[in-house]
Amino acid sequence: MLLPITALKRCCVFWGLAWLGMLVFAAPLHAQQRLIALDKLQSGLAFTGPEILDLQADDFANPALPAMDKGAKLWKQVAGKSDKSCQSCHGETSASMKGVATRYPAIDKASGQLFNLEDRIRQCRQKNQKASEWPLESDELLAMTLFVTSASNGMPIKVSVEGKAQSHFEAGQKIFMTRQGQMNLACTQCHDQRYGIKLFTDKLSQGQPNAYPAYRIEWQRLASLERRLRFCYTGVKAEVPAWGHKDMRDISLYLMWRAQGLSIEVPSVRK
Amino acid sequence: MTTARLQVPNRIIEGDVFKLRLLVQHPMDSGFLRDLEGVLVKRNVIRHLQCILHDKEVFRVEPTTGTSANPLFEFYLRATRSGELYFRWVDDKGYIGELRHNLVVEPANQSQAPKS
Repeated sequence: MLLPITALKRCCVFWGLAWLGMLVFAAPLHAQQRLIALDKLQSGLAFTGPEILDLQADDFANPALPAMDKGAKLWKQVAGKSDKSCQSCHGETSASMKGVATRYPAIDKASGQLFNLEDRIRQCRQKNQKASEWPLESDELLAMTLFVTSASNGMPIKVSVEGKAQSHFEAGQKIFMTRQGQMNLACTQCHDQRYGIKLFTDKLSQGQPNAYPAYRIEWQRLASLERRLRFCYTGVKAEVPAWGHKDMRDISLYLMWRAQGLSIEVPSVRK
Repeated sequence: MTTARLQVPNRIIEGDVFKLRLLVQHPMDSGFLRDLEGVLVKRNVIRHLQCILHDKEVFRVEPTTGTSANPLFEFYLRATRSGELYFRWVDDKGYIGELRHNLVVEPANQSQAPKS
């Protein structure tokens, strides 16, 4: 009679564990639950090879530097009907723009929309400077964004997901967790669950946004976070949203929240 | 509009062999790629780049479509005397880029000072 009881016990233990396991995996994601612990966050640099590290660290050969120079030049350049440059109002970036990039995307008070740094620069240029529009992904806009972002270099990311931003955050989180495209993959499957594993020849990164706009070797130019996200959409063969789509801003916000504490790293180079 | 950056050692002493690095900002469009709207970008690469010192060509390169955007050129020169380094490059659109740098060569020191 001893044997069956032990077997029964084992059986109970097994089902108990299985049930517990199901409970853990089936539990709904809490609104602000982190899938990568804050102390486990790694910048994209941790997943690139030594060549990229060397290139980024090189104060001269870093290919993003010409854009930095261009941004610095544009900052001082008078433009539009207002006859003002960025510097006329904002002064030096080292003071006025310090830490700004760590807070974006953020809610624009006037329109109530979620703005990333590019949107903010475009708006300022249009409304205050009364100058010609810089299209998304144009050299000028990227250079300026890079220059403004560089004022926050080394500072930890901290975006607000409270108030009006909360719905955007939740929408972004939902997109991140939802399978999509012909490959039927969610962002989380690669960037939360499988980072560090190789996909073809490169390591999957955590998908951290702390180094954008970054110079991408593959595209041979500076690229925004939005363009990088679009590339992931193409990667999983999903329909790519239009440029400047709300979805892209929402994911950006989620990514920046997810990267809380990682420091801004520009000018950066990525594969 | 293209710009370029040049890197030379801070201190050059006569007889030294020193490294020059020139980074030219240029898209180097190969003619095979499309832009974000899917339109083929016409070929536009730097065809010819040269460096002249003391009215003499000391370095020349003729890049083609295989060279990356914002190419970095690295080469060595032996310092003899001070003079103006003159870089000139031409691309497919006929744009001519120029960069001038005043090269200062210090005379070799008799008193065995450590070279930088």
